[in-house]
Amino acid sequence: MIHLTINNIPVEVPEGTTILRAASLVNIHIPTLCYVERLQAIGACRVCVVEVEGARNLVASCSMPVSEGMKVSTSTRRVREYRRMVLELLISEHDGECQTCDRREDCELQALSSEVGVRTVTYRGERTRKRIDTSTPALVRDNGKCIKCRRCVSVCAETQHVGALWAQGRGFDTAIGPAFNRDLSSIACVQCGQCAAVCPVGAITERDHIDSVWSALDDPDKFVVVQTAPAIRAALGECFGYAPGTLVTGKMVAALRRLGFNAVFDTNFAADLTILEEGTELLTRLKKQLVDGQHAALPMFTSCSPGWILYMEYFHADMLPHLSSCKSPQQMFGAVAKTYYADKLNLRPEQIFVASVMPCTAKKYECQRPEMKASGSRDVDAVLTTRELGKMIRAAGIDFANLADEEMDAPLGLSSGAADIFANTGGVMEAALRTVYEVVTGRPLPAENLHVTPIAGLQNVKEASLKIEGAQPDWSFLEGVTVNVAVAHGLANAEQVIEAVRLGKRKYHFVEVMTCPGGCIGGGGQPRFTNDDVRKARIGAIYREDEGKELRKSHENPSLAKLYHDFLGKPLGEKSHKLLHTLYRTRDSV
Amino acid sequence: MVPEGTASAGTSSPHHCENITDEERLAQLDDVLKQYSAVPGALIPVLQIAQAIFGYLPEIALRKISVALNKPYSEVAGVVGFYSFFTTVPRGKHIVRVCLGTACYVRGGKEVLASLKHALGVEVGETTPDQAFSLDVGRCFGACGMAPVIMIDDDVHQRVRPARLQKILEQYRAPSAGAVTREEV
Repeated sequence: MIHLTINNIPVEVPEGTTILRAASLVNIHIPTLCYVERLQAIGACRVCVVEVEGARNLVASCSMPVSEGMKVSTSTRRVREYRRMVLELLISEHDGECQTCDRREDCELQALSSEVGVRTVTYRGERTRKRIDTSTPALVRDNGKCIKCRRCVSVCAETQHVGALWAQGRGFDTAIGPAFNRDLSSIACVQCGQCAAVCPVGAITERDHIDSVWSALDDPDKFVVVQTAPAIRAALGECFGYAPGTLVTGKMVAALRRLGFNAVFDTNFAADLTILEEGTELLTRLKKQLVDGQHAALPMFTSCSPGWILYMEYFHADMLPHLSSCKSPQQMFGAVAKTYYADKLNLRPEQIFVASVMPCTAKKYECQRPEMKASGSRDVDAVLTTRELGKMIRAAGIDFANLADEEMDAPLGLSSGAADIFANTGGVMEAALRTVYEVVTGRPLPAENLHVTPIAGLQNVKEASLKIEGAQPDWSFLEGVTVNVAVAHGLANAEQVIEAVRLGKRKYHFVEVMTCPGGCIGGGGQPRFTNDDVRKARIGAIYREDEGKELRKSHENPSLAKLYHDFLGKPLGEKSHKLLHTLYRTRDSV
Repeated sequence: MVPEGTASAGTSSPHHCENITDEERLAQLDDVLKQYSAVPGALIPVLQIAQAIFGYLPEIALRKISVALNKPYSEVAGVVGFYSFFTTVPRGKHIVRVCLGTACYVRGGKEVLASLKHALGVEVGETTPDQAFSLDVGRCFGACGMAPVIMIDDDVHQRVRPARLQKILEQYRAPSAGAVTREEV
């Protein structure tokens, strides 16, 4: 253990601890800007400097490890003046437009200026040249606002193993962006929006779909339905000052009705549907391999997360057959809404406008994939992020805190707890196991409270094995088979799983991948800022939502049984195939 | 009089050969990439070699390098853009580099650069339309006592005056260009 003092307070920490971390252990706050937990310290911004006795220069506390006998001061006059100077220099380059900026509510640069007491900007000089990139369906980048902290570079390379953004050029002309400062659409970007989630300023944001949703709501000839992903109910409250992990399902439904949506539905309904289709697909592949002795693309990978789909298309195109052919719940919902539900209302598909609320930026991209038009009209017309829904509710003058809870509409608003946990890393797998195990054995999944704890939580890659005993006659080929599953969240972790599969180090049958750390609750469209504490709080809320439901398993959803009976036929049937399944394509990674 | 480290792979490396086709150059690059694909920290050496092969870094080479070394294309481009030594613009037959190090700067390097831009009709980093000259800026060639200096290929020209530039350039335009004697040095 290393002994040091910080502001004369003795601290004892393990070797290798940074000054920043040591200070936090004794509740001393050091302001930071480029630092993001989980990522390697960048040390670019110099905001977190402290004074170390005997050191000539101030040191960056985010990257400086402690040493024995070190005497650290975190807010001497020298430190305070230095930090203020750094902030002034950053602001002098930053093309702020603060009154109209997307980040006017939660700009970290503004909060930091306030914290370190910037009152005037002494430096007047050149500003970063404005260049707005709207080339992708999901994200907007404005280099004029970029302060070159490089958080986005780190998250894209380290967490997501994509590396779409990098520092281009040098000196004052350095710009963060794709190769040669070209458009984002010119390179392999999976549109996950983790860059937007970590950006401290308004340099990276989602493409705005608010206007198109208002237009649809204003159009008397449109029947506007809305679906909300499960991750929204555990995070939307943060837009209105609630603590992370506050469930606001009922208020959210009430707010959506007040915004004027004709029907308020739940992506959960389609998540249950996904489990029936994907579970059947898994069993079909297992049968093909175990009974028919043919090659089947195992492990099967989940396909709910559009960033992950793009990652496979760009970087592992040879493994595309391993992806489940199921569309994501968002797209399944849209396809069902514009066919089955449209029929019920006697409406043509194009008279229905499907808006989604997603924790995700890549969903904005996904809904525009040309093949996502099962009814002839786009499955989903517009995708709002959680943040955008928060803005719409505020703009409509809705007093969110005082709304009475309301319920989703039938039939596409009914769902099981298994669908709720689609929001968490490990949730799709748990939901699938709840159904598959019960279908095969006729008994419920032998897990306490139906939770498969080894695959829950924020560990990088999680594994579980499940031995099937007492299989029903139809599934006797699975008797005694041990099913191996894995769960990864964050694409760098998914890359590890792929490598293990490629090298034959692991023999999985089924793998769940969610693009973002923590799963959808940590998506690129969620309220900022998402750190691990926030992730855990949202994950806990989602499990509570699941446990509070009478129905815990997807195959118990009665609306779903009716959908199959009246319309779809059976899972993987002809109609399912046409409406609910899709194809993938190869894309050049460079 | 070529200080070590300035004889750059981009101008006069043994790899560079005038009479081979682009396909042959790409094949050479493929061989290099095979050797380096598993070597840690290979990006910069490979970029240097590639620039020696092609005389500059064409996009097709950079894409191959990105794939072979399993580095994001944006990272490769970022490294190319960071080091002034690398260029993505086809280079002329002769590389003219004007020193703007401290000594050359104070003794008129800036005026020499302005005159060269005028004489060649190009900006820094560009190549003349006849592909004869590329214009670059350097930061000290280690010949401060002879400031201001310029380098053309591997030749250092000392105490350059704007008025003398045309005469210097003429030597390289001559049919036997490339075999210039180093009498000036």
